[in-house]
Amino acid sequence: MPSTLANVYVAAVPDEHALVERLRQGEEDAFMQLVASWSPSMMRVARLYVPSAAVAEEVVQETWLAVLTGIDRFQERSSLRTWVFSILVNRARTRGERERRTIPFGALAGAEAEGEFDAVDPERFVREGDAVGAWAAPPVRWWEEPERALDSGEAVRRIEAEIAKLPEMQRLVITMRDVAGLSSEEVRHALDISETNQRVLLHRARSKVRAALEDYYADA
Amino acid sequence: MPDLLRRFRRRHRRDGPLACRELVELVSDYLEGALTTAQHARFEAHIAGCENCSGYVRQMRETLSLMGELPTESISPHAERDLLDAFRDWRERPS
Repeated sequence: MPSTLANVYVAAVPDEHALVERLRQGEEDAFMQLVASWSPSMMRVARLYVPSAAVAEEVVQETWLAVLTGIDRFQERSSLRTWVFSILVNRARTRGERERRTIPFGALAGAEAEGEFDAVDPERFVREGDAVGAWAAPPVRWWEEPERALDSGEAVRRIEAEIAKLPEMQRLVITMRDVAGLSSEEVRHALDISETNQRVLLHRARSKVRAALEDYYADA
Repeated sequence: MPDLLRRFRRRHRRDGPLACRELVELVSDYLEGALTTAQHARFEAHIAGCENCSGYVRQMRETLSLMGELPTESISPHAERDLLDAFRDWRERPS
């Protein structure tokens, strides 16, 4: 992952065990710093399930309360972030999509990772002959044309719209990994999905978002 | 599970050069550091000689970089204040 992204990601905690101890001891600075640092990413994830920022805020608040209630019993077998985000995701989901909450993430992930998938429209590759499988319609190099790349605001909106269209697990995985900045291990433990499924879902989600962005720049 | 089998074989095949169409299926795993040493070597050998595929990898990096820029909103100061109050109550819990 490019290190330039680190500043917008949810901050990793250098010494988690010490932090958990400080929380248990009732150090309010430790708690409030954590709330300030992680809540923006938590809002993003909550918004995948609930219709408004106000409801997302309630879900984030409830999650922090659940963290306080559970921290004495927290075993530290997973990272603190994994644990906090697993509480968050389950609460957001229960709040947002009543009819689907009984399907475990693992089963949904398996279903979404099945079937054929093409990262790029097969029409864009040479179909036969010596050059079969080579690019016929090469990738658009939008970064080489500053006038195209100028409005990153609109590009960001296209990305958000594309993420919103993804199936549930792909949307969750890409948001937790690439928007919130959790590690693959944290995401897989928080959602209780296999490593392979995590990678397949991430690949599919990223490929679709990339394609949407390329379409946007190609039309610009 | 024929799909899984096909993907597995595509991913683990070591012989012969990688076609562009195969490479695009490996880009995320490449960026994740999830390729085997042999796959990684084939991948890098391909992009070193293929401007289109190195352009594709660049597209993916640009996409990831923009995703890291999505605007975030935090919870309101009022909600933070409520949490602080809740924390202070909780701190008095019987041990």
